[in-house]
Amino acid sequence: MSAWLSHHFHAFALAIKRLAGAPFGSLLSIGVIGIAFSLPAGIYVMLENLQALSGRFSGAPQLSLFLKLETNQDQVAELESRLKQNPNVASFRFVSRDQAIEQFRQGSELADVLDGLARNPLPDAFVITAKTPSPEALEGLRAELGKLPQVEHVQVDSDWARRLDALLKLGRLAVLMLAALLSFSVVAVAFNIIRLQILTMRDEIEVAKLIGATNRFIRRPFLYFGAIQGIVGGAVAWLIISLAIHLIDEQLEQLMRLYEINFHLYHLSLEDSLSLLLFSAWLGWTGAWISVSNHFRQIEPR
Amino acid sequence: MISFSQVYKRYPNGFEALKNVGFTLEAGEMALITGHSGAGKTTLLRLIAAIERPTSGSIIINGQNVSALKSGAIPFLRRNLGLVFQDQKILFDRNVFNNVLLPLQISGFSSRAATGRVRAALDKVGLLGKEKARPITLSGGEQQRLCIARAIVNRPSILIADEPTANLDADYARDIMDMFRSFHQVGVTVFIATHDAELLGSTQQRVFTLDHGELTT
Ligand SMILES: Nc1ncnc2c1ncn2[C@@H]1O[C@H](COP(=O)(O)OP(=O)(O)OP(=O)(O)O)[C@@H](O)[C@H]1O
Ligand SMILES: [Mg+2]
Repeated sequence: MSAWLSHHFHAFALAIKRLAGAPFGSLLSIGVIGIAFSLPAGIYVMLENLQALSGRFSGAPQLSLFLKLETNQDQVAELESRLKQNPNVASFRFVSRDQAIEQFRQGSELADVLDGLARNPLPDAFVITAKTPSPEALEGLRAELGKLPQVEHVQVDSDWARRLDALLKLGRLAVLMLAALLSFSVVAVAFNIIRLQILTMRDEIEVAKLIGATNRFIRRPFLYFGAIQGIVGGAVAWLIISLAIHLIDEQLEQLMRLYEINFHLYHLSLEDSLSLLLFSAWLGWTGAWISVSNHFRQIEPR
Repeated sequence: MISFSQVYKRYPNGFEALKNVGFTLEAGEMALITGHSGAGKTTLLRLIAAIERPTSGSIIINGQNVSALKSGAIPFLRRNLGLVFQDQKILFDRNVFNNVLLPLQISGFSSRAATGRVRAALDKVGLLGKEKARPITLSGGEQQRLCIARAIVNRPSILIADEPTANLDADYARDIMDMFRSFHQVGVTVFIATHDAELLGSTQQRVFTLDHGELTT
């Protein structure tokens, strides 16, 4: 146990020493990793914010339930009690066909045309507010209510929100792809840095092997090195995003004030931040690991 | 204990460096191995530490069959050996202390326990005053002592030295030989390759002679 601890402590200290030993190179590679990560993570934050913002604008999620023309009073009452029991319905309001045509007459220049009609063409309707605002929930509620016998048609009033949501989904996919590509570059950076290190430390590695070092012992400081570089790179990405959010938020606040909306950009959540750091550490570790296992075979004691 | 039997070593280029070598060195024994340049002394020592593997034959070190050892077990074999290399293999980017510390770090010593051992090893070879020095600033003899300190710091049961007195004047060489004798006296198995005639003249130890890869005595 104490040998194990001492091995890890030794490897960690060595990795830090090597990082500090070439500060310029370390800063450069950490910068590269940071910038590579700030792109997908930054776009991700923006998408999250866009979604939050769209929630603000779309207001209450509503559906309009148009009934069949021949529906009678009893059927309306029955429907009302059904809506009351539905757990997905937050509230509803009945708009009778007479009310509807009255509203229409007032708000429209077609009043004369309506007067010419023999009978009221508008159906009775319910305006329903759903419990959960997500497009999926609205869609589910629409399908459910559409099956009721008295219902002619259900209209979701926030179609544009659904479209935006589809766009956001597409954006997230793009972010994932970008992240995958840039992750690859982070691994490549770690791989190359470790390769250079191994080449300059040939003698040391050779001697260590000659006097009984296991491959693991030699590999460990390199892995720590890669992981530390990755995690610091991730932290740099986090800082870049913080700075960007701060700058954009200031501009946005003035704009939002025009619309009398109190909105502030969100930063990465604690969970997302930790994931970012862990993931970047893991990538650095992986790059180092690939590099070490590739170059070790070339260094056999002579 | 070191025991060779019918050991052949053919290098990848086809050169046969050792032919049918067989001998046994008991635990706690001290022996010299000599022979012309290119006779195969270094090759023989490298076989003991599994730096080279024999083409055929068996090599037993402390009851372990080295010729059949899995590569994962080799580091642990080497930790029980103290090795002084013909080309020294000093690390010049670190000071004397840290050079000697390396084997202990590899074995996983805590730094407190290790410090004491490093000092003791440096004391034994008379380099205690130079622990902070860069190896490049040491004389040839001092560098050789540094190698010996690194070889003994792990308190190995077998000490193997390849030309430890090369390029040293007679006095210095005698000092070094005395040092090996003192390790031998405390029970360490000592095996030294040399072609230093003077060294051979002044010794009562067993002497093996290699000639073109064959053991003649
Ligand atoms: N890796 C190798 N590949 C091919 N031949 C080798 C290799 N290493 C050594 N030899 C050859 O094996 C022979 C024995 O070499 P070795 O180094 O064991 O000799 P030595 O007795 O230690 O000589 P010296 O006294 O000069 O150190 C030499 O002829 C050498 O050229
Ligand atoms: Mg030799």
